[in-house]
Amino acid sequence: MSDALLEVDGLVAGYGGAAVLHGIDLRVPAGTITAVLGANGAGKTTLLRTLSGLVRPRSGQIRYGGTEIGGVRVERIVRAGLAHVPESGGVITELTVADNLRLGGLWRTDRDDTAAAIEEVYELFPPLAARRKEIGEALSGGERQMLAIGRALVARPRMLLLDEPSLGLAPRVTTQIMTLLRQLCDTRGLTVLIVEQNVRAALSVADQGVVISLGRVVRRADASSLAADESVRHAYLGF
Amino acid sequence: MERFVFLTVDGLAHGAIYAAFALALVLIWRGTRVVNFAQGAMAVVSAYIAYSVASASGSYWLGAIAAIVSGLALGVLVERGVMRFVAHTAPLSAIVVALGVSLLIAAVVGILYGVDQRPFPVPFSRTPYTIGSYAVFSPFTLFTFGVVAVVVIGIALLFTRTSVGLRMRASAFAPETARLLGVNVSRVLTVGWALAAGVGAVASLLIIPTAFLQPNAMDLVFVTAFTAAVIGGLDSPVGAVVGGLVVGLLLSYVSGYLGSNVTSIGVLVLLVAVLLLRPGGLFTMRQARRV
Repeated sequence: MSDALLEVDGLVAGYGGAAVLHGIDLRVPAGTITAVLGANGAGKTTLLRTLSGLVRPRSGQIRYGGTEIGGVRVERIVRAGLAHVPESGGVITELTVADNLRLGGLWRTDRDDTAAAIEEVYELFPPLAARRKEIGEALSGGERQMLAIGRALVARPRMLLLDEPSLGLAPRVTTQIMTLLRQLCDTRGLTVLIVEQNVRAALSVADQGVVISLGRVVRRADASSLAADESVRHAYLGF
Repeated sequence: MERFVFLTVDGLAHGAIYAAFALALVLIWRGTRVVNFAQGAMAVVSAYIAYSVASASGSYWLGAIAAIVSGLALGVLVERGVMRFVAHTAPLSAIVVALGVSLLIAAVVGILYGVDQRPFPVPFSRTPYTIGSYAVFSPFTLFTFGVVAVVVIGIALLFTRTSVGLRMRASAFAPETARLLGVNVSRVLTVGWALAAGVGAVASLLIIPTAFLQPNAMDLVFVTAFTAAVIGGLDSPVGAVVGGLVVGLLLSYVSGYLGSNVTSIGVLVLLVAVLLLRPGGLFTMRQARRV
């Protein structure tokens, strides 16, 4: 696909001596949601951490918006519009909701637009607006996930990397968050790469799905056909 | 009563300086989980620079500015040049390296200036005002309180009201998350070291005039301020300030009423008592850190 916002070729990465990713190839078209699925230890989190610059790739290419970003510092990748919401959200629990959001846009030079982006987050997530002076510690799991996603949106990213946003959330809250991602995609043209254990929830809003096993892509397909494919479900997804 | 008032004022004046010095230790600890054992030596360098500039120019204030500027620069130098490479290794190696920096600095200062004790200039008289027959506090003591208050309030405002402070807090609490939000954590750490060394330089300007300038002039101050920081809880800026004042008062009472030869025992007793009753310090924000 030529209009891919993110293109990954032969990506090898890992920690210390051991590689976790053994040559990942991936295309994420702009304005779509791609679900990355796979069992524990398949390398899903490592993939996201490598894309956002937290882990240095050993070989392979990562092109974002046509530019190679493999080995580029995390802060620069964020500033280029590729935002990573880590597992459990990474809400800084010692800081207030307002400070967490402010932090999301500190590097931006357009102060007015940053302030506007923060207000939009409060509109998107009314529970956060009601608790803006409270510290992250006081929030529920769902509110923390909202804050984490909202904080990433303050930077007005073109692409979001989400690691297990449904982890520990009630099904109703998970549905809310998935629906919201779809809306952001459809209305703002946001591109999303989402790693999920909750396969049904992820495939329900995704355009395409990619199955990873032991650091390699073993299957890629439309989300709907992947959800219906019994063999994939049994072999790799465990349901 | 007269003695009590004198000892209290004197204890608070010294305590304020310990508080500032402890605050500098806490600044670095929060950002890097390193206790900067070189902080005393670094502050001495600033004091010698102040001494040289003040002697050459005849102006105390030029000397003071030179001390603060050199403190900031030395903080950057030590962090970028040395500590950055050991901050993520075993805690003990960071301490040993910091001690090494400390010894190196003391040796170099000794070579350049010799080890003689030199009188250090003050901007205001150290002769106490008297009320009736009570000697209360000197203009220099007032100056000390004022400077420490400005430093402490300034740092509090920096942390709570500015975006630099927000970056520093975020980098201290969750460095990886801060990076993912576009914060240049490595630069923030350098700013933290510079700030801490600047505060250390200010503390040296306030405490060295109460004794003499020599290469080891800040060693005891470091130990005392470290005790104050531990008592307050190494993670807590408020704890550092309160710890500093408490230790200053205690030292003053112990040396005033029991004799100066038992002063250090008093501090150690307090340290042991606090560590037994509240191992995290008086103002620790949480008992265990999240992993």
